[in-house]
Amino acid sequence: MSEASKTQYKKPVDELGSGQTSYTTITDKISGVVFTKHTPIFWFVSFALGFLLLHGLMVGAPYLIYEGTGIWGLNNPVGWGWAIINFVWWIGIGHAGTLISAVLLLFRQKWRTSINRAAEAMTIFAVLCAMQFPLLHTGRPWLAAYWLLPYPNSMAMWVNFRSPLIWDVFAVSTYLTVSLVFWYVGLIPDLASFRDRAKKRFTQIAFGMLSLGWRGSAFHWERYELASLLLAGLSTPLVLSVHSVVSFDFATGIIPGWHTTIFPPYFVAGAIFAGFAMVLTLMIPLRRVYGFYDFITERHLNNMSKVMLASGLIVAYGYLMEIFIAQYSGSIWEMYMMRNRMGGPYGNFYWMLILCNIAVPQLLWFRYFRLHPIWLWFICQFINVGMWLERFIIVVTSLHRDYLPSSWDMFHPTIWDAAIYIGTIGLFTVLFFLFIRGFPMISIHEIRTLLKPGKHK
Amino acid sequence: MQHEEQSPYYGVMAQFDNPDDILAAAKAAFAAGYRKLDAYSPLPVHGLADAIGYKRTRLPWLVFCMGIIGAIAGYGLCYWVSVIDYPLNIGGRPFHSGPSFIPVTFELTILFSAMTAAFGMLIANGLPQPYHPVFNVANFARASSDLFFLCIEAEDEKFDMEETTRFLQSLNPQEVSQVEN
Repeated sequence: MSEASKTQYKKPVDELGSGQTSYTTITDKISGVVFTKHTPIFWFVSFALGFLLLHGLMVGAPYLIYEGTGIWGLNNPVGWGWAIINFVWWIGIGHAGTLISAVLLLFRQKWRTSINRAAEAMTIFAVLCAMQFPLLHTGRPWLAAYWLLPYPNSMAMWVNFRSPLIWDVFAVSTYLTVSLVFWYVGLIPDLASFRDRAKKRFTQIAFGMLSLGWRGSAFHWERYELASLLLAGLSTPLVLSVHSVVSFDFATGIIPGWHTTIFPPYFVAGAIFAGFAMVLTLMIPLRRVYGFYDFITERHLNNMSKVMLASGLIVAYGYLMEIFIAQYSGSIWEMYMMRNRMGGPYGNFYWMLILCNIAVPQLLWFRYFRLHPIWLWFICQFINVGMWLERFIIVVTSLHRDYLPSSWDMFHPTIWDAAIYIGTIGLFTVLFFLFIRGFPMISIHEIRTLLKPGKHK
Repeated sequence: MQHEEQSPYYGVMAQFDNPDDILAAAKAAFAAGYRKLDAYSPLPVHGLADAIGYKRTRLPWLVFCMGIIGAIAGYGLCYWVSVIDYPLNIGGRPFHSGPSFIPVTFELTILFSAMTAAFGMLIANGLPQPYHPVFNVANFARASSDLFFLCIEAEDEKFDMEETTRFLQSLNPQEVSQVEN
């Protein structure tokens, strides 16, 4: 026993950088972000910026409830403006979290362990931001209870289950609930680590309560892993269904440009594309600020870039198919819609979309851009903007010129459209930075499994 | 029912610093005839639970059944609302619009089964459980960081404080300590 004081660990696998040599260093490094007296300036600046932006929502939402949706730029042909654009944008961003935590778990991609926790948190916060828009778009959110949820009410009225909007309510609320539970289940063992590391009485009690008394029993781990696998297996079809249902909002309509069967797969691919761009947008700065180079290695950047490239190409295929089908359909409405989309009053936005979502991501074919954090971060910003433009193009160009030329109109957003949208970006930033300050942003117990301690002599 | 006199000790605990050693020790303890024992680790150790007599849980079946119930509930809700309680002609669609009911049915299937998987796991594990005797061991705080523990519980028929302590010592642990209740 005397000579065995130090455990010898084998060389880490290539999912883990060379700096992490023992279970202790992993725990120290990740919990150090929370148990420190020196919060980085970057955290304060980002949080303050997020809090500033949040005011857009804090002022915009009460004013909207007071005055009504007329403060937005909506008009008669364009009844769905930025609200649905932002809703779809946020939901899409959220999907990468579930994809990383569930789908990559089923495929046994071990590199996912360093990014899944932060990506799941991103999912939850993005879905919360997304939910603001349909609720605010009702104008009277307190009445939305009986418009949106089937509950026995005194008017003896029920919701219409043939409407894709009610499918949305079920899909999004299920998605939020399951994501939240999956995320929390993943957190339990790490919260126990935090409980055991906490020095102050208050933090000990707080993490003690949150960790539910987890003690790492072998029987518990066995059931825990089983439940994680089941949750991953259930989340995978769920995430595909959510964005499919979101696309049904459009695809079941008879508006030219919406009524297409390609929408569900193309929306799901777009969601993965946008979500990975947002994961990289968040993780590249955090990796630098907190020195997480051992956890988020070049291999991670490379893999995430490849996922973006592949899903981006599926999105590009979707765009091409839309053009082809519009011509092939022989329908004058469809053909006109596509000509108007490319060369009409919003044509510039269409070509910006092509630039952001198809042209710029082609740089990811080159290893140099996949591994270069700064270049990669800027490519991700193009994708974030591009995916917003995609929804703008789909919603606005199809609606603003419908079947009757007499009802054509232009859509001009107002300052309140912008304020509420920016406000949700602030909400997301504030929630995300609070999360990384108080919770393990990388899954500690899963990272430990990457390290294989060897037998000591 | 008579309340049994509680033993002052919960069991004896041996400390190891890597997964291979605890797995070997757990197998040895089970082979020596100990049945009421548990191992604690900061990460899931493959085969450790099986080595100390883990019984497969029926959780997957429960999840499956709850999924079926969720599907029936989802479709039933749509059907009852749209056909029986509040039939409305909307765009000439039939009251029983089967395909339109599928998204809600699907989401409730996932919701019911996922909640069962998560909460079923917690209930099967007896969590939340704020107090447990093993937390009384000084080094146990490191069970969530880098140490591995094997605990033979006093309830075991073969348990004898001195005998069991000696047995655990023979497994080449870093330390053996008594767990107070």
